[in-house]
Amino acid sequence: MSGLYQAMPLWVLLSSLLAAAVILALGEDHPRLRIGINLAAALLKLVLVGVMLLGVRAGHEFLLRVPLMPGIDLVLHADALSMLFISLSALLWLATTIYAIAYLEDSPNRARFFGFFSLCVAATMGIATAGNLFTFFLFYEMLTLSTWPLVVHRGTEKAMRAGRGYLWYTLGGSAVLLLGIVLLHGLAGSQDFVAGGTLEHLVDSHPLALTGIFLLLIGGMGVKAALAPVHGWLPTAMVAPAPVSALLHAVAVVKAGAFGIVRVVYDVYGINLMQDLGLAQLLAIMASITIIYGSLRAIWQTDLKRRLAYSTVSQVSYIALGIALANPLASIGGLVHLVHQGLMKITLFFCAGCYAETHGIHAIEDLDGIGRRMPWTTAMFTLGALGMIGLPPLAGFISKWYLGLGAVAAGQFWVVGVLLASTVLNAIYFLPILHRVWFRPPRDEQTEGLAEAAPGLLGPTLFAGFAALAAGLFAGFDWSPLAWVELLVEREYSP
Amino acid sequence: MTGIEPLAVAAAGLMGIGLYGFCLCRHAVRRLLSINLFGNGVFLALILIARRLPDGPDPVPHAMVLTGIVIAVSATAFGLALVRRQARTRGDDET
Amino acid sequence: MRPDVLPVMLVFLPFLAGLLQFIAGRPAPRLGNVLVGVNLLLVLALIPGVADEGAIVANLGGWSEPLAIHLLADGLALLMLLLTALLAVAVSLYAMAAWRDQHHDALRFWTLWPLLLGSLNALFLSRDLFNIYVTLELVTLAAIPLVLLAGPGKTVDAALRYLLFALLGSLIYLAGVALLYAQAGTLDLALLADALPDSTLAGSLGASLIIVGILIKAAILPFHVWLPAAHGGAPAAVSAILSALVVKAAAYLLLRLWSGPLDPLVTPAAGQLLGALGALAILFGSWQAFRQERLKLVVAYSTVAQLGYMLLFFPMAVTAAWQGAVYHGLAHGLAKGALFLAAGNILLYLGHDRLREMRGIDRPLAVSLLAFGLAGVSIMGLPPSGGFTAKWLLLTASVETGQWWWTITLLLGGLLAAAYVFRVLRLAFLQPPENVPDRPGMVPPPLMAWSATVLAVLAIVLGVVSAPLLELLGSPVGGSE
Repeated sequence: MSGLYQAMPLWVLLSSLLAAAVILALGEDHPRLRIGINLAAALLKLVLVGVMLLGVRAGHEFLLRVPLMPGIDLVLHADALSMLFISLSALLWLATTIYAIAYLEDSPNRARFFGFFSLCVAATMGIATAGNLFTFFLFYEMLTLSTWPLVVHRGTEKAMRAGRGYLWYTLGGSAVLLLGIVLLHGLAGSQDFVAGGTLEHLVDSHPLALTGIFLLLIGGMGVKAALAPVHGWLPTAMVAPAPVSALLHAVAVVKAGAFGIVRVVYDVYGINLMQDLGLAQLLAIMASITIIYGSLRAIWQTDLKRRLAYSTVSQVSYIALGIALANPLASIGGLVHLVHQGLMKITLFFCAGCYAETHGIHAIEDLDGIGRRMPWTTAMFTLGALGMIGLPPLAGFISKWYLGLGAVAAGQFWVVGVLLASTVLNAIYFLPILHRVWFRPPRDEQTEGLAEAAPGLLGPTLFAGFAALAAGLFAGFDWSPLAWVELLVEREYSP
Repeated sequence: MTGIEPLAVAAAGLMGIGLYGFCLCRHAVRRLLSINLFGNGVFLALILIARRLPDGPDPVPHAMVLTGIVIAVSATAFGLALVRRQARTRGDDET
Repeated sequence: MRPDVLPVMLVFLPFLAGLLQFIAGRPAPRLGNVLVGVNLLLVLALIPGVADEGAIVANLGGWSEPLAIHLLADGLALLMLLLTALLAVAVSLYAMAAWRDQHHDALRFWTLWPLLLGSLNALFLSRDLFNIYVTLELVTLAAIPLVLLAGPGKTVDAALRYLLFALLGSLIYLAGVALLYAQAGTLDLALLADALPDSTLAGSLGASLIIVGILIKAAILPFHVWLPAAHGGAPAAVSAILSALVVKAAAYLLLRLWSGPLDPLVTPAAGQLLGALGALAILFGSWQAFRQERLKLVVAYSTVAQLGYMLLFFPMAVTAAWQGAVYHGLAHGLAKGALFLAAGNILLYLGHDRLREMRGIDRPLAVSLLAFGLAGVSIMGLPPSGGFTAKWLLLTASVETGQWWWTITLLLGGLLAAAYVFRVLRLAFLQPPENVPDRPGMVPPPLMAWSATVLAVLAIVLGVVSAPLLELLGSPVGGSE
């Protein structure tokens, strides 16, 4: 394998990093050129990711190692788990970019927006391909910094307040995470991510330190993953433009946190060590609490985006729950939810953006009868909502099914109860919306007739919706997310 | 070695007075003078130290004192110029 | 060319340029810019020699001990020279654009700035206690008149206060030098450590005086009182030099003396005390920076805070802490230079730097704000940046030595820095008010905007190239492992 091919993670990273630099440098003056570069970079990234997918499946190793400090390397490497996150991000980046171009048409400061947007995706790529905790942290912070300008993009007092909350939560979380990383470095030196973990030799001498460090790491990442009780930034960050919300929820920020938790559990501590220390059970309980809490809070939200936000709080914890059960089947459920939740949630946020942009609707009570005016958008919203509830054969069902199987196999029957309760709660906060949009008459009789969202908004929405549908319908096929996760889990559990 | 003691006391005294003046005086000229007192104490100490060699004085502290005095003079001149500028600006403000 | 000519040229070329400018009588910014260019080349030419041999020594005039005057370029000195040279280029370009039309101010700047540069180079290259005193005074006397360039009468109070504290500091330092000389009979940094008897009262007193004198010059809490007004009031280019280099030079001295000649005299308790002062400076300075209403004062108080990090070496005294403290000096120098230049651009455009009245300054100042943001990343110690590398090294040192209280200080300091950096950055994103008042100033010319940005980018790049730089630096000479 040649060096250039081995360094694929770097090219994927650079494709959006350079795009960000060029977009920021161009400024507001060349909108066409900017859009061209943005789309070209997104397409290029898709191609690169495609090449990598083939490579990883064929067992090729992508690894790039640059010494940074004495004893510390910057490591970029791509394994099956990275590819799961990378593919999702690359795909949804393209969709969200198209959506955002239409959404922000004629609004000010677009170059700034798209520049930081690309930077944010570059950070996501770095997080996905980070080969050790140090590298992970590097990009984790880059993500924090590049999303803040997006959250405060509107520049209103409300946006600034949300931005401040976001910063305090995430920077505080990062400080805790950094403490954990430094302590671990002091205890065990700099260790690359290795399936099964690298710390087992320390379990007899330093069990307490390992437990403490684990709590710091998970606590730090839990902020971004919006684990209760440090989820507070997420609903307030909803003042950001819809594409940002979509990005924060489906791809970048919460997923970065969840992905980090997966890395720590699988590749730093390893499942066996987690169970020995009793940490798996703890994580499972934390995740379950968040799942129920998020759903309960969602029921009382009257703003569509806020309800979706609490739904995210709840749904992302499925991922943590899945890996905490420490059982191959549950792991499949949790990891595949990383992709499935991303596809479904981005569909829902795209729809919310369409409603807001086309008819100025933000509150749930104003959605009455919108299905007659925006049938396509509403159909996609329905797909996403039913998927979230977990209706077979949609994507959400696949995740919950494997989670349930895993819980039974692991003998943790209470988790089945959590899953059932969550499903009921999901239905309680989504079904009334579906009833409103399809069966209630519009409040204002004047506003009859078809008025769909603009094609630039509707296109990505349809794409995301059908992708979510396909992920569920064709889960049994060879290249589906589920098949990929099965491959991945097989590698993790049979070292 | 009996001749050294009073001079050492004088050096320490000068430094003490200088430090005291710097801390307690508000006016810039007084502070500048305090600094000079302190500096003279240091120079006196250096001259004392030059006597430590049995065969004749050590030239190094002497060179240090000479250089130090040159620096102290120029710095004081600069300080005084600043004080004058300050007084003039304050005068301008009042009129 | 023999490598030992390079340190000599580094000292004498700037002095020559400054004198030429003085004699010429009309501003010649080109001369200054050629000088800083040559200066940078000379420093770069030093790197291979220092990397191979560890240090380059030049003996001025060929005198033998004890009258010899040596110039020594080792890893630590070289890194400081490199920082100075890089900053000098950026600041000179900035100054060329800033003082284009002001004849008098330009003449003064281009006379004093080369003198200051030469003095700084000489300070970093000095290897005996008395030459350090002389160069410290030269730095002071060249730096303070630059503060006065802010305009007639504006900064006289600040400059006078600065001068008084600086003079007192260097005389206290000199008193300490006298006591140490009485003990050891030598001033040479390399010979002192062996010549000093272990822990005598006079020796400890001398060392304490030296340290206190330097602390005053480095504006370490509680001696910081002169700094904010002087650094905040000076013109942007001067503030950048003062904050990034001049106080840094004093902090550098502390590192150099502590790990060299003072090694037999220092005690762990003294180290803890200095560390505590540093921690107080970090917390107090950051808090004050957060509370300021004027942009340049925010940046000036940030300097008070950031200098505190360099003191965290003393309680820990391991290689990682040494590297972290020095690296922090480099990163802060570049970042602070960028912050002050960017703040100068904002001031130029708005005609004031009151934070409350800044809104919607995004578009015309985009490049300067980018510089401010990037430099802010390093100041906050977020990756990837030189500031983060330094913080990481200091954090590892605190874990290694088990002194957890510094770990907490470091993390807290980072959060506080984020508070004051983002308080400024958010202004760029706030919606502009309905009726935009007339802008009295002008959009900064590209040279001014980009010189700030280049510095900020360098502060970020510092986070990626630390391996060779840290290798060049090596370990502390006398530090315990």
